[in-house]
Amino acid sequence: MTIRWSRIAIYAVLILFALIYLMPIYVLLVTGFKSFGEVRLDQMWDLPSGFHYDSFREAYWALDSNLANSFKMVIPATIFSCMLGSINGYVLTKWRFPGSDVLFFLLLYGMFIPYQSVLIPLVKTLQMLHVYGSLWGLVVTHVVYGIPITTLIFRNYYANIPTELVEAAKIDGASIFGIYRRIVFPLSLPGFVVVAIWQFTSIWNDFLFAVTVTSNPAIQPATVALNNMAGSFIVEWNVQMAGALIAALPTLVVYIVLGRFFVRGLMAGALSSS
Amino acid sequence: MGNIGRRLLRNIISEQAAAVLLIIPSLVAVGVFVYGFIGWSAVVSVSEWDTVRPDYTFVGLDNFRDLFHNFRFQIDIRNTVVFTVLFVGSCLVIGFVLASLLDRHIVGEGLFRSIYLFPMAVSFIVTGVVWRWLLAPRAGVNILSSKIGAPSLGYGWYTDPSVTYIHADSRLGEALHTIGLGFFADPNFGLPLAMISVVIAATWQMSGFVMVMYLAGLRAIPEELRDAARVDGASEMQILRNISLPLLRPVTLSAIIILGHQSLKIFDLVISMTRRGPGFATDVPALFMFETTFQGNHFSHGAGISIVMLVAVSVLVIPYLFWSLRREARL
Amino acid sequence: MRRTFKFLLPAAIALTALGVLASACGGGTSSSDKTATAAAGVKTPAKTVSAAAATSAPLSGKLEIFSWWTTGGEAAGLKELFNLYPATCPGTVEIVNATVAGGGGANARQVLTTRMLGNDPPGSFQVHMGHELTDTWVTTDYMEPLDTLFAQQGWSSVFPKGVLDIVSYQGKPYAVPVNIHRANVLWYNKTVFTANNLQVPKTLDEFFTAADVLKAKGITPLALGDVDAFASVQLMETVLLGTLGADGYNGLWTGATDWNSTKVTDALNAYKKMLGYVNSDHSSLSWDQANDLVISGKAAMTVMGDWLEGDNKAKKFTDYGWAPSPGTAGVYDALSDTFGLPKKAPNRDAVLCWLKVVGSKKGQEAFNPLKGSICARTDCDPALFDEYLQSAMKDWKQDTIVPSLAHGAAVKQGWATEISDAVTAFVADKNAGTLQSRLASSCKTAGVCK
Repeated sequence: MTIRWSRIAIYAVLILFALIYLMPIYVLLVTGFKSFGEVRLDQMWDLPSGFHYDSFREAYWALDSNLANSFKMVIPATIFSCMLGSINGYVLTKWRFPGSDVLFFLLLYGMFIPYQSVLIPLVKTLQMLHVYGSLWGLVVTHVVYGIPITTLIFRNYYANIPTELVEAAKIDGASIFGIYRRIVFPLSLPGFVVVAIWQFTSIWNDFLFAVTVTSNPAIQPATVALNNMAGSFIVEWNVQMAGALIAALPTLVVYIVLGRFFVRGLMAGALSSS
Repeated sequence: MGNIGRRLLRNIISEQAAAVLLIIPSLVAVGVFVYGFIGWSAVVSVSEWDTVRPDYTFVGLDNFRDLFHNFRFQIDIRNTVVFTVLFVGSCLVIGFVLASLLDRHIVGEGLFRSIYLFPMAVSFIVTGVVWRWLLAPRAGVNILSSKIGAPSLGYGWYTDPSVTYIHADSRLGEALHTIGLGFFADPNFGLPLAMISVVIAATWQMSGFVMVMYLAGLRAIPEELRDAARVDGASEMQILRNISLPLLRPVTLSAIIILGHQSLKIFDLVISMTRRGPGFATDVPALFMFETTFQGNHFSHGAGISIVMLVAVSVLVIPYLFWSLRREARL
Repeated sequence: MRRTFKFLLPAAIALTALGVLASACGGGTSSSDKTATAAAGVKTPAKTVSAAAATSAPLSGKLEIFSWWTTGGEAAGLKELFNLYPATCPGTVEIVNATVAGGGGANARQVLTTRMLGNDPPGSFQVHMGHELTDTWVTTDYMEPLDTLFAQQGWSSVFPKGVLDIVSYQGKPYAVPVNIHRANVLWYNKTVFTANNLQVPKTLDEFFTAADVLKAKGITPLALGDVDAFASVQLMETVLLGTLGADGYNGLWTGATDWNSTKVTDALNAYKKMLGYVNSDHSSLSWDQANDLVISGKAAMTVMGDWLEGDNKAKKFTDYGWAPSPGTAGVYDALSDTFGLPKKAPNRDAVLCWLKVVGSKKGQEAFNPLKGSICARTDCDPALFDEYLQSAMKDWKQDTIVPSLAHGAAVKQGWATEISDAVTAFVADKNAGTLQSRLASSCKTAGVCK
């Protein structure tokens, strides 16, 4: 009998937390479906009088080209991030040379800089590379600042691949590239999933770099366009919240579709060994 | 050995060279975009640059002295410590609790996992806006109870400017004074209550991620270990405490690094949820840096704040990384 | 392990040294920039002669206009100016509407600063008249003077002298003001006032009397929404104005008024008293959400700039009245959005023509009714404006004009941020003594007070 009660308690706790986690989404949805006149702070919990799709329509028209820009930027950036992180992790775990630990540490330290402090030199550097003001500038920026975390994830993941496999291949005369291609890369899928999800999310949701590197509204990503829906003074909250939901949709889809692999990737050691 | 050995040696050396070559692009990129820019910040932080026209005149550590005397910066340091401890702590606790609950053959585990994980998909900016509404004293969770007939809560959440701290004339305050730590009895060493609201929003966002990490970690623990303990008569709680938790230490440490680096740089969430807060109760160094640089044009002060933040991070992170790398080398 | 140690220190030093070296090289050019500008001073560029010729030749290329007017009446007004552009400036110019919303211009300023430092100026950018313009961009030699343009367009007889002075530096104007907003306006809910038999307060004492009545009835006397810090700074500036008068107020920003004087103490205490009548959740509300309290009758009054009227209109609220904030009748606490010509602006001729549109009667008459502000020009047709704006236009002609503190007119940015920080601390701890000493010392740091 006691087992039953503890099971009920467990489910009760889980459901309570689930409700708390869903609260903000409820507010976003409900406000998105309201008309401007109905949107009041103290009527936050009330259901809308009907399904007003205007805010979603308005938000979509405001965001659609910028959503495309976001995709154009995030997909190459994520792919490059994955590749770079994988190679780095591979080299740092399977091809240790004097100082490889030091280099890993030096790469990792980059995670900690506050991005507000690098904006000015970043713009100058991107100008020197002739990518300032374009989506490629953002790709470069995100790939570079993604190096620390992607290297960390892949390094921890590859540390779980037994060295015997690699040593055996080395003795057989396989080259550094051959081992990667034939042994390491095929085993990397869970690691790629974790990195891809993490990077897709961070890059898609970034605002600071997006607003600094791209100034032409025609090529700015969705986060900037979403922010511009706010207006300097008068805020149409229903359109804003509808817009926030639309802008979050791609990442939500990624999580729903790849979530299972995310867990599997973590279970395979992508972040657990340190 | 002979020929084969020499060929092997040549192979090894050329492979090592290839390995270094493969990692050089990342090193160069990080060298410029991270260390180069840190170097630039360091140069600006000891300069006199106070308008939109760059001015690299050397002024030594004056900016740092100004910063540490600045009341807002002192508050920011306190807030960062408070936020980091509370945010990382809650994420770890909630993440672990949820993971250990989900690890018990739950019907609909996938659904629960998705619900707890998906806040991570939302940007910090959107999180801030929504939680500003949810914890607005006039609305949000305060009036939720009124929907079921109970009276509304009157709590101030992030509008509450009060700071809980040890008062100098309290027993604890006097005890601290006698051992020479009397300066601790000051609001600058207190807990700003408004910050709790920001912690709630941030924890909502990231605890699902920690939960998934712990879940993966728990699943990686061989069931035989736990079965053996159960046969020996240990309760689930004891198993959790004595077997699972110690084996989850790497997960905990990874989570601390990832959460810690977010909490030290926290900006998007604060600027969209509460801005500086009543009496700077939710102000953070990144926000101060942003405002003083781009609104006040005090570029050298802004760079000084970055350098202080980096030094603080280094003091905490470097020893940890050293220790973990050394541990690995030993294994 | 020792191997790691041996490599770590030199490697880290090497990398950081590389970084410092790289930045020092980059820094070298800037210090030579500095000496060059110091030697050249602020000179009239030789190019202004071509400005006259440019109007006849057709313009082409892109024209990037940078502002934070992203929605509502502001965006609509800006669009009208864009629509008027081809008529005044024939050609194939493509106008790029570069906007960054947020924080009353905070995000925009960050982007603008980063761009200007990166030598990527927009064609023209929105900036507040006064010290925000002058001390940020003019004294640092980023803007071209517009004296030739002003002379050509005959603007010295159309803009009020007070405004011309505020947009000028060393005798030359550097920006074209497109509008005038008033910051010292008290808005109130008419029904709440009549229901409680209240008269609109004209002085601070009358305000406090009315506030006591309202408080006793459970109505918030003054709605404040200061999640954006400017709202509480603006409230303080109206109280300073109401207590010290126009001259005393102006003296605060020139060093003529002593920040440590008893008059200032009185003003700050009055501000402190006023904060006692404000809604307790003010730090969770933006100014328009505070206005919601007035609209719903939960609060009676709010002190806000006249852009609030646009909010009332959008929310279809008509039961409001207005008056100068307590103690400031006869004084116009002004702020203005202006556009200038950055040095090295791309497509300079197109920008100059844009400035003509911005300063033209047609342009200002198209922009301002939509924005909810009055023309900076004195010759706009009142019939185009609504009741409040018509009364504001009348006041503008006869009132004493003072520059707004919270909106960049009265003091430079560096000083303004220190004042804002001091006010934020004060609103929470209500320590008027600390506030006064902080304000006094920030005046010294700004180099204005001795």
